[in-house]
Amino acid sequence: MKHNSEKKNLKELIIKSKTSYLTKVRNFISEEAKKFGFSDDEVGKITLAVDEACTNIIKHAYKYSGDNTIYLKLNARNNTFEIVIEDYGMPFEPKAIKMPDMREHVRSYKRGGFGMYLMKSLVDKVEYQIQPGVKNRVFLIKYLQ
Amino acid sequence: MTDFVIKVRNVEPVHVFELKGYLDAHTAPKLEETFQDLIDKGNHLIVVNCSNLSYISSAGLGVFMAFVEDLREKQGDIKFSNMTDKVFNVFDLLGFPLLYEIFKDEKEAVEKFTNAKNN
Repeated sequence: MKHNSEKKNLKELIIKSKTSYLTKVRNFISEEAKKFGFSDDEVGKITLAVDEACTNIIKHAYKYSGDNTIYLKLNARNNTFEIVIEDYGMPFEPKAIKMPDMREHVRSYKRGGFGMYLMKSLVDKVEYQIQPGVKNRVFLIKYLQ
Repeated sequence: MTDFVIKVRNVEPVHVFELKGYLDAHTAPKLEETFQDLIDKGNHLIVVNCSNLSYISSAGLGVFMAFVEDLREKQGDIKFSNMTDKVFNVFDLLGFPLLYEIFKDEKEAVEKFTNAKNN
């Protein structure tokens, strides 16, 4: 018999693609991140990154139509806190979105583009898996130091 | 359930927005409406007091970006005060302190407007 001593924690939250569900998302993530051992500051960063990812899906993948579903899967193991967010909406090409020079961006009064920049700044890794017409997945990873 | 509240006070000639709770993609339209109403009535000097603002996401920051250019063209501005470290850190990550004046106290922010008017 194989013994697995790894600390594993798999949890899921399923929400409708409505901004009114963002509170639920934040509560779920902050509770789990806290339990995992992150400081309040880190909990805040992870929670904001997940909020931004869900907001992007609601806005861009589902274009504010609230009848769709977003799946959040938490995979917490060893020192890795990974959140996978799945949607079945419009695909996008992550490489096509240029990370702006924030100083220039802000000085020219641009309104958008902050969400993806924040996500990148708040967690250790952001990855995308886009299968056009099938599903889109965003992976947010934060390591417990 | 209301997890975001805006109170507007008139501290002649400035309007102070007191924000309380969570400013995200769900609550940002409410702030947008408040800004629009005030600007439509010809008020261009705004201080946003963030002492009770627990949370801000990029959707909230987008609201300030949507109005600040227009306000400045009309010789107005948006200034901020009483930010918690948590909220300031989000502003800072995006380089917003380059664009906005952020004060420790509301009074200082209001005075910056009134002093500029008197000079």
